[in-house]
Amino acid sequence: MSPAATPARVELDYAGSERLTMNMGPQHPSAHGVFRAVLTLEGETVIDVEAVIGYLHRCHEKLAETLTYAQYPSIASKTDYVAAMTSEFAYVRAAETIGKIEVPKRAEYLRVLVSELQRVASHLLWLGTWCMDMGGALGGGATIFLYTIRERELILDLFESLVGARLLYGFFQVGGVRYDLPDGWATACRETVDVLEGRISEYERMLEDNPFFMARAEGVGVISRELAEEVGISGPLLRGSGVAYDLRRADPYSAYADFDFRVPVESSGDCLARYRVRMVEFRESLKIVRQVLDTLPEGPVSSRPGLKSVAQTRIPQGEAYARIEGPRGEVGCYLIADGKAKPYRMKWRGASFSNLAVLPHIIPGHKVSDVVAIMGSVDPVFGEVDR
Amino acid sequence: MPEWLLPVIAPFIVLNAIIGIVTYVTLLERKFAARMQSRIGPYRVGPHGLLQPIADAVKLMMKEDIVPDAADRPVYNLAPIVFLAPCMFIFATIPFAPGLGVADLNIGILFFLAISAMEIVGLFMAGWGSNNKYALLSAMRAVNQVISYDLPFIFSALTPVLLAGSLRLSDIAAAQDGLWFVFYPVIGQLAFIFFIVSTVAAENRAPFDILEAESELVAGFRVEYSGMKFALIQLGEYAHILGASFLGALLFLGAWSGPGPEWLGPAWFLLKAMFIFLLVTWVRWSFVRIRVDQILALSWKALLPMTLLLLIATAFVVVWRHSGVA
Repeated sequence: MSPAATPARVELDYAGSERLTMNMGPQHPSAHGVFRAVLTLEGETVIDVEAVIGYLHRCHEKLAETLTYAQYPSIASKTDYVAAMTSEFAYVRAAETIGKIEVPKRAEYLRVLVSELQRVASHLLWLGTWCMDMGGALGGGATIFLYTIRERELILDLFESLVGARLLYGFFQVGGVRYDLPDGWATACRETVDVLEGRISEYERMLEDNPFFMARAEGVGVISRELAEEVGISGPLLRGSGVAYDLRRADPYSAYADFDFRVPVESSGDCLARYRVRMVEFRESLKIVRQVLDTLPEGPVSSRPGLKSVAQTRIPQGEAYARIEGPRGEVGCYLIADGKAKPYRMKWRGASFSNLAVLPHIIPGHKVSDVVAIMGSVDPVFGEVDR
Repeated sequence: MPEWLLPVIAPFIVLNAIIGIVTYVTLLERKFAARMQSRIGPYRVGPHGLLQPIADAVKLMMKEDIVPDAADRPVYNLAPIVFLAPCMFIFATIPFAPGLGVADLNIGILFFLAISAMEIVGLFMAGWGSNNKYALLSAMRAVNQVISYDLPFIFSALTPVLLAGSLRLSDIAAAQDGLWFVFYPVIGQLAFIFFIVSTVAAENRAPFDILEAESELVAGFRVEYSGMKFALIQLGEYAHILGASFLGALLFLGAWSGPGPEWLGPAWFLLKAMFIFLLVTWVRWSFVRIRVDQILALSWKALLPMTLLLLIATAFVVVWRHSGVA
């Protein structure tokens, strides 16, 4: 066949304009990791998007089969590295459910404490990166990014003095937590919470009084309630679409039943609604942190202290699914144990992975600039998507 | 000094002065942005980072010059120069003090506005010649945006022209001897605000930097450029914004008038231009970028009619005041 017989395929739409296929990612400034979106454009308007994932696959689930119950929690933190405490929590809860292992009350409170601080830290990073997606690294977005990073640093400092690590902790262990609070930590934590509360109001003033920000967020990327329920998204996305579903309230795990907090719900389902939900969650998380510090009971922090070897924790035969409300939604861990020191099989349910599924439903029809705004508002972490 | 030497020496001095100022304006912006973001900014190279721009320039010169295989070579290679030339030409008509300038044309401002609009040619060549989809999309946006915002830019710059009754830049500066045009009741303030907004947009600065839009289009039209060609584009961009700042200072802030002896005039002029530059920088580092359709709507639906109305109103005021005097 002569080359002339195979002309380049040019698809034309009803108006006769040429379509352009543009590759966004996997190396792209706003890919939030390594995400590839193959966009089909008509001028500036996106008419089709194909999401390609898997660039950050690290065989986490297989890895879990080769590591003991004492070793894996610090690896679990590497799935969602922005909210490392969350994945550790899900893993140890699955193991404890199978083994019917009791957790001391003080340990449960400490777990809630670090989870909520982690939620604040994660939301801070989200706010910064989302604004940077919309505002650019050489513009107003970067200003907000640097502010939120500055505040996130305060929380990382707290974690550092508690665990010794700043990003990936290994704080949780089957039967409790690894460390008790050091001296003076509670006071430092209270001070940080006060600072954060003021700063969050500052962000709100800076963003919501800004017509350009509102123009970019309002009415963009609307997820209807029906779509949200059908696709199976969770977390702030779901609550931004009018569904009042928060695992901390719907299925209270750990010590969440002891605390008083509000589950924010917005009905409009656009980027602004998701932003508002997260802004309220900041405050509610800080409220929970204060309550934990006020009511922290005395006692041991683990029901099985003094482990002598990593293989000492054995979980009897059985299987369980444990789920917790992470900053991005439902983080689930399905574990099958066979009585040995290592699990037989493990499966993650990443919140970001399920949330990403909504993108092809909402992006078409928007402009290229909105693609990054919508993706930022979904807040995916690709360590958790690809695992 | 022979008479014929002056037209050779004057542009040479101005050109080098501008390149020197532009280099340090980048440092000023970086320091200013750093303070806004509670950072320190460049600090390591020289005392307080004062040698940073030199280091940057040396780095860019040493970089490998990469031309993509699929690029349209002549267009790609020519684009930075076509882009830079008008950005440098605009300084030709600016008088830096009474009688101190390259050419004080009797249509000075017209020359400035016409030449400054020509940067779009280089922009589009860069976007087209790179043969990159991001660059192409950016070039498309550039044409949309620059054309939309040059009109309000011109109209708001023409308001002081009407007030002064001359197109010669030195006459406009002289006309503000008693009252800077920014203090002219109502008209002056409105025109100044419109001028700042359309300057930000016409210079493609954030929040109107959709051409560069690094979170969407990576770096827009200059995504494929590296080394000295990238430096030329960057230089052109900053020279252009510097030129617009000087124009703003001249049209609205009384150019070289200020307290102190007469020889301080150029310093005052530079100071005022820096004030406008920092105003634009302040806007840049505090807003998120707006979308292409919103940018166009803002221009055609709001800015253009308003500047046009203001221009007409100014004309009426000028005529009314003249007939009142006569």
